Amino acid sequence: MSDLAQPPGIVVQAAERRWLRLAVIWAVLIAMPLWMPLVGGYTDLGARILVFGLAAMSLNFLMGYTGQVSFGHAAYFGLGVYGAGFILLDFSHSTLLALLAGILLGGLIGAVIGALVCRSRGIYFALITIAFQEVFYYIGYKWDSVTGGYDGLRGFQRQPIHFGLFTIDILKNDVAFYYFVLVIFGIVVGLMGLILGSPLGRTFIALRENERRARFLGIQANRYIWLSFTISAFCIATAGALNALLNNFADPSSLDVTISGELVVMAVLGGIRSFWGPLLGAAVFVVVENYLSGLTLNWLFFVGLIFVIVVMFFPRGLLGMFGQRRAV
Amino acid sequence: MMLVLFNVFNGLILGAFYVLAALGLSMILNLTNVINFAHGNFIALGGYLAFVLIPIVGFWPALLLAPLLTAVIGFIVEKTMISRIYGRDPIYSLLLTFGLAFMIEDACRYIWGVNGLPLTTPPSLSAPISSEFFFVNAYRLFIVAIVIIAVVALFAFLRFTRMGMRIRAGMFDLETVAALGINVKLLRSLNFACGIFLAGLAGVLAGGQIGLNPNMGDNLLLPSFVAIIVGGMGSLVGTLLGGLLIGVAAAVTTVFYPAASDVVIYVIMAVVLLVRPRGLLGEEGMQ
Repeated sequence: MSDLAQPPGIVVQAAERRWLRLAVIWAVLIAMPLWMPLVGGYTDLGARILVFGLAAMSLNFLMGYTGQVSFGHAAYFGLGVYGAGFILLDFSHSTLLALLAGILLGGLIGAVIGALVCRSRGIYFALITIAFQEVFYYIGYKWDSVTGGYDGLRGFQRQPIHFGLFTIDILKNDVAFYYFVLVIFGIVVGLMGLILGSPLGRTFIALRENERRARFLGIQANRYIWLSFTISAFCIATAGALNALLNNFADPSSLDVTISGELVVMAVLGGIRSFWGPLLGAAVFVVVENYLSGLTLNWLFFVGLIFVIVVMFFPRGLLGMFGQRRAV
Repeated sequence: MMLVLFNVFNGLILGAFYVLAALGLSMILNLTNVINFAHGNFIALGGYLAFVLIPIVGFWPALLLAPLLTAVIGFIVEKTMISRIYGRDPIYSLLLTFGLAFMIEDACRYIWGVNGLPLTTPPSLSAPISSEFFFVNAYRLFIVAIVIIAVVALFAFLRFTRMGMRIRAGMFDLETVAALGINVKLLRSLNFACGIFLAGLAGVLAGGQIGLNPNMGDNLLLPSFVAIIVGGMGSLVGTLLGGLLIGVAAAVTTVFYPAASDVVIYVIMAVVLLVRPRGLLGEEGMQ
């Protein structure tokens, strides 16, 4: 971080500003069910923003902070969706168990694929992640007896969570579900933030900035890129599992390359050099897509146009346009 | 035995399409480090342009004109958009071509409709050649022949013409090529157009085989990525081998275990990456 290069007074100011920013972000998120209806949204749209925000932030852990682009992260997102779906459909009525299953399924498979991918760099890294994602898409699509094929897994519902003395009914109560998602979101994002602030996170950033130099310092680049990929997969699988709970179904479209592309565009739209940028990007993208799909049949054209416009005119992202100097 | 033969032949046809699509992708990737996500949509575009041209000029001229027109569109797209993001992080080229893919797909759907359209081929091409090998009809042999001609022409172009040599040199080290006073911008645009020409040709041929629809290229795009990875990045001959290999492998798997035919190519890819990360003919360091 650039803190070291600055006089002490500015560091204090920067720290203050960081706390202020965090407070504002969390205030907005916590109050979302209150103001969302006022601006024409609904609570589930808020939950959707959180889910995709978490997914885009998880992707950005790898993309923005370790410097390798995965264009196949829908695989781990979708595996999270299916993992949660399997549990709720066949095994248990525990929402938390479903969440855990989704995280493990997406994360562990991410760790395996990561081991195959981590030897490549740059555009080839992206190419291989895309190709592996397609495996899971085909499995989801073709393995009828397990995944339900084209229709996917249907007919399960998230279940109220029992805490012995009291029960939180996240099934019927939208707002309760929103806060449930927000808590999980907070835990995962907090963990990512802690990792990025730790020496491990600094190692990731060092690899992004100058891999050769990091290697000379004795850092085993492939191993750390694998680790970043794996952490990112676990986090995005959490988002996937939450998405299954939100929609109450799991289908192959959650494994589609379209999702991967959308996650990358969300991250870039918000700003990949900023921790919270992808959340902002996700919010803008989810709202605009929601609006467009209601407006025109040819919304896909306009989604494509968003991609092109972001690349041509906002390559730094919305947040990047302001604090350009504030690296990391 | 007949069944195996039938499937191997089918695999060769499939492989021929993979080769056409993957060679174009590979040329673009090697010279400019851009993964062209819109490649599948240029394939569809080539097919639709042939659909428009055939009633006007007939099948044979359209076979050449439609890919040429597609290449011109590709040239314009490269000049106006893709050329602006060379040298930037790979994220941007991925996003840009991905967005273009959506736009072209939806435009095709808007213009020519959601439903599939047939592409009429000359009657002389649809007759079966022999009653015993019923699956070897003239159109399929024709596809194989055209693909062989196109591939030979491509490699001859790259080997013997000045332009082709510059492209090959550029794939190796574009900076030095630029330093030698060659117009690299034009080189990249023409190289892109060449790749798109091959995509357009694949579209016309595929249209005659399976008909046209707005996302007909999608089924070719991802296997083409696999062909490039398996064959080795940076090597066009590798891409050629990779395409044929996965085409035949997918078809042979269909004989024994049809459900796995889509996944087997990815298994091959995983094994190759595990054993030989740079791919069959890839150069060391190009990963």
